[in-house]
Amino acid sequence: MEAAGRLSTSWLARPGWWHRLDLKWVVIGLSIALVAWLALVPLFFLLWQSFFTPQTAAKAAQFTLGNYASAYSSFETLRLLANSLQFGAGTAVFAFLLGAFLAWINERTNTPFKSLFFALSLIPLVIPNILFTVSWILLASPKIGILNLALQHWFGTTMVFFNIYSMTGMIWVDGLHYSPMAFLLMTAAFRSMDPCLEESALMSGATVLQVARRITLRLAWPAVLASLLILFVRAIESFEVPALLGLPVGIEVYTSAIFQAIRQYPSQTGLASAFGVTLLVIAGVGLYFQSRLSTRGSRYSTVTGKGFRPRPMNLGPWRYATAAVFVLYLAVVVVLPFLVLLWSSLHKYYSVPSAGALQNLTLQPYRTVLEFPGLARAVWNSVLLSLGAATLIMLVTAVISWIVVKTRLPGRVWLDHLASLPLVFPGLVLGLSIMIFYLNFRIGVYGTLWIMLIAYVTRFLPYGLRYNMTSMMQIHKELEESAAMSGAGWGSTFRRIVLPLLKPGLIAGWIYIVIVSIRELSSSILLYSPGSEVVSIVIWELWQNGQYVELSALGVMFIIVLLAFVMLAQWAGSKMGIKEA
Amino acid sequence: MLSVKGLYTEYPNERGQPVKAVQDVSFEVPEGKLFTLLGPSGCGKTTTLRSIAGLERPQCGEIRAGSRIVYSSEKGIFVAPNERQFGMVFQSYAIWPHMNVFQNAAFPLEVGHRRHGRKEIQDRVMRVLKAVALEHLADREATNLSGGQQQRLALARAIVMEPQLLLLDEPLSNLDAKLRERMRFELKRLQRELNLTTVYVTHDQSEALALSHEIAVMDEGRIVQVGTPRQIYDTPGNRFVADFVGTTNFLEGSVLAAEPGACRVATAVGSIAVRSLDGLARDARVLVSVRPEDVELFERLPDGVNGRNVCQGTVDSKAFLGEHIDFQVKVRDHLLLAKAHTSLRTPVGGCIYVVMDPEKCIAIPG
Repeated sequence: MEAAGRLSTSWLARPGWWHRLDLKWVVIGLSIALVAWLALVPLFFLLWQSFFTPQTAAKAAQFTLGNYASAYSSFETLRLLANSLQFGAGTAVFAFLLGAFLAWINERTNTPFKSLFFALSLIPLVIPNILFTVSWILLASPKIGILNLALQHWFGTTMVFFNIYSMTGMIWVDGLHYSPMAFLLMTAAFRSMDPCLEESALMSGATVLQVARRITLRLAWPAVLASLLILFVRAIESFEVPALLGLPVGIEVYTSAIFQAIRQYPSQTGLASAFGVTLLVIAGVGLYFQSRLSTRGSRYSTVTGKGFRPRPMNLGPWRYATAAVFVLYLAVVVVLPFLVLLWSSLHKYYSVPSAGALQNLTLQPYRTVLEFPGLARAVWNSVLLSLGAATLIMLVTAVISWIVVKTRLPGRVWLDHLASLPLVFPGLVLGLSIMIFYLNFRIGVYGTLWIMLIAYVTRFLPYGLRYNMTSMMQIHKELEESAAMSGAGWGSTFRRIVLPLLKPGLIAGWIYIVIVSIRELSSSILLYSPGSEVVSIVIWELWQNGQYVELSALGVMFIIVLLAFVMLAQWAGSKMGIKEA
Repeated sequence: MLSVKGLYTEYPNERGQPVKAVQDVSFEVPEGKLFTLLGPSGCGKTTTLRSIAGLERPQCGEIRAGSRIVYSSEKGIFVAPNERQFGMVFQSYAIWPHMNVFQNAAFPLEVGHRRHGRKEIQDRVMRVLKAVALEHLADREATNLSGGQQQRLALARAIVMEPQLLLLDEPLSNLDAKLRERMRFELKRLQRELNLTTVYVTHDQSEALALSHEIAVMDEGRIVQVGTPRQIYDTPGNRFVADFVGTTNFLEGSVLAAEPGACRVATAVGSIAVRSLDGLARDARVLVSVRPEDVELFERLPDGVNGRNVCQGTVDSKAFLGEHIDFQVKVRDHLLLAKAHTSLRTPVGGCIYVVMDPEKCIAIPG
C-alpha cells in the first residue's frame, strides 16, 4: 500500500508527466486505434466466419472446414477459378496494351492535340462502372444492341456481330473501363524514364530496335509487370461486369459467386466467406509482388527532380493515324456509351435509333426518375457518405502519414502496412466481412448509414494515405521545427503548418475519394437496407427491375453532375495553388 | 547566460549499434556574446545546437539558460522546444510557404501561452521587419523572396519574440559568396545592437572568425579547443585545429632547446626558433605550424632578419589568385606554401629566401 502510494506520487511528481497525455498523444492514439479497428476487424471476421457454421438461436457456432470443402470439392470450383483467372488476365492484358500504347503515343510521339487527349482520356475514370457496363449492353447486346442492329441493317443479315454476354464481352468492357488506369500508370513510367539513357544507347551505335529491346523495355520492365499485376487484381475484384454480363449466361467468377451465395435463401455466408478468403489471397499475393516490383522499379527510375522534356519521336504523316487512334478510343470509352445512355433516356420505352423513334423523344424518364420515391434520399445519402468518408479519411491519414514520415515511433512502418491492408479487400469481400461483423456484434450500426460509412472509410483509406504520404514527404522537417521554436505546441503546429502545407495532397485525395465513394457499388450492395440506399444502388435496382430508360436518365444526370463536380473541384484546387490534382 | 555541462548524445546507426554524436561537451556563453560551434560535418555541432533548442534529447548532461534549467538528465527535466522561448534560424530558413512575410514573422507572437493583442503584434512585427530591412515587403508572398531576404525573414521571425537566446544553424551556407559576406556584417550588427546572446553553428572558418566573440572547435563529438578567434587562429592547440581553421604548413620535428624565450626545433627545413610554449620538453616530438601568410619571401636577403628564421629555397610552382600569389617553395625537399604580394615575380625554379617570425611558428605537441 505504502509502496503503491510512493510509486504513484513519484509518478505524479515527475515533472511534466501529464505532457504524455496531451493532445498530440490523444490524437495519435485515436488515429492508430481507428486504423487498427478498420483494417483488422474485417479480416479477422472473414476468416472466422469461413471456419465456422452459422450461429443460430438454438446452436452456437462450431468450427468447421465444411465451407472450404464445399467451396473446393466440386468441378464447379475449377471452372470458377479458371473463369476468374481468364477474366482477370484477359482484362489486365487488354487494358494494359491499350493503356500502354496510348501512353506511348502521348508521351513519346508528336501526335497533335496530345494534351487535349490526355485530359479527355481521364473522363472514363469518372464514369461509374455500372453505367459503363449498362451502356455497353445497350450497344452490343445480341438482341437490342445498337451496334448489332445497325450492322445487321447495313448488311441485311440476322447475324449477331457482337455478343456482350460472353467472356470476350466481359473482358472488352472491363478492359476498356480499366484502360485509363493503365494509361496513367504507363504515363508515369514513361515520364520517369530519362531519355538520355536511350540516347546514349543510340550514340553507342545501337539501332532503334536494339534500343527498344535492350534499354527501353528492360528499364520499363518492373513498371510493366507492376501495372499488369495491379490491373489483374482490380479486374478479378470487379463486380459490376461479371454480375451484369456474366451471371445471365452462367459465366461465374469469384465475385459473382460470392454475391450469389449471399443472395440465395438461406444465404450461405460461410461459403461466401470461403470464396472471399480465396479472392483475398489472390489479391494479396498480386499486390505483394506489385509493391515489391514498384520498390525495385523506383531503383530503376531516373527522375532527378529537374524536369526533363523528352524530345518526342517524329511520326511524320503517321501522327494523324495515332491521333485517329485516340479519337477512336475516346469514341469507344466516352462518346458512344454516353450517347447511348442519352438516347435511351429520351424515350418512354427503350427503342433502337430510327427515324420513327426520333419522333417519340420525350423527357418523361427524367420526370419519372426525379419523382422516384427515395431518390432524393439516396442522393442525400450518397452526398453525405462520400463527403463524410473523404473528409474523415483525409484527416485521419494526415495524422497517420505524419506519424509514419515524421516521427521515430517504433513500429511506424507497420502502421503504414496496416492502413494499406484494405487494398487487398475486394469491395464485395469487404462488404461481406463488415456485414458479418456488425450482424454478430449489434452495436446499432447494422442497417444504418454508419455501416456504409465504415465500409467506405475502410475501403478508401489506403488511397487517402498515399496522397497524404506523398505530400508529407515533401514537407521539410525544419518547417515544423521552426514552429516549435516559435513556441507553437503540437496542435497549433499541425493545424497551422502541417495541414496547410499538406493542402495539395489533401485536396487531390479528397476529390478522388469523393468520386470513388459516390460511385461505390460492390460494398454497398451487401450493406444497404431500406432507407440507406445510395445512388449506385438505385441504378442497380433500376437495372434489376428492367427500367432501362429511367436508369439511363439517372445515369446521364449522374455523369454530368460528377463531371461538373470534378471540373469545379479542379478549378477550385488550381485557385488555391494546386498544380496537378 | 547559457551553460552547457557534460552533454552526451548517442544514436543507433542502421545496424542498431550506438554512435556517439556528442561526448562531454561543456561550455558557457556570457550574456550578449556570440559563441560559435565550428567543425566539419558530422562533428556534433548541429546535434549540440539542436539539444540546446530542445529538438533533440541528449542522454546525459545539463543545459541551463540564465537561472532556468531546460534540460537535466539528473533531475529528469526536459522542457519542450516550444516552451523554451529560444529563437532559431534553420539552415533551410524554414520559411512557411503558405504565409506571407508578415504572417511568417507574426507567427511566434500568435501561438504559445503568452498571447498578444493585434495592435502589439502589428507593432512588434513591423519593428523587427524594419530591423532586417524587410518592412516594405510585409505583404509579399514568402515564396517570392530572394535567398538573402528569406534569410533575413528567418532571422526576424527568430527574434520577434525577444528570445533569451538566439540559435543559428549555418544560416549563411545557402547564400552565394558575395551575399554571404554582406550578411555576415548584417548579422554582426544586429547581434550587437540587440545584445542577443547567440549560439552559432558553422563549418566555415572565416565566418566563425569574423563573427564570434568565442569559438569552440569541435571534432568527432568533442570540443577540441575553445578561445577567441585570435587565439584559435594564432595559437591552435592541436593539429586538427591548425588544419581546420585556415591553411597552414606543418613541419615535423623534435625539440632542441626548451628554455623560455629560446625554443628551437629541428625540422625538415633546418633548426628553427618557435614561439615559447609551456610544457615543452627537450627531445619531445612536435609539429610546427606556420600560416602561409606568415611565410615571407624575398629575392634578396633583407636587412634586420636577426632572430628570425631564414632558409633558402627554390620556387616549385606558383598560382596567381588576383589579390595575392600562392608560392610553393622547395626548402631541402620540403614544400612550403607561402602567400606573397603580387609584385613578387620570381620565376619557377628561381632562388628565393624564406623568412619566418618565431612568434608565428607554433609548436604543437605531436
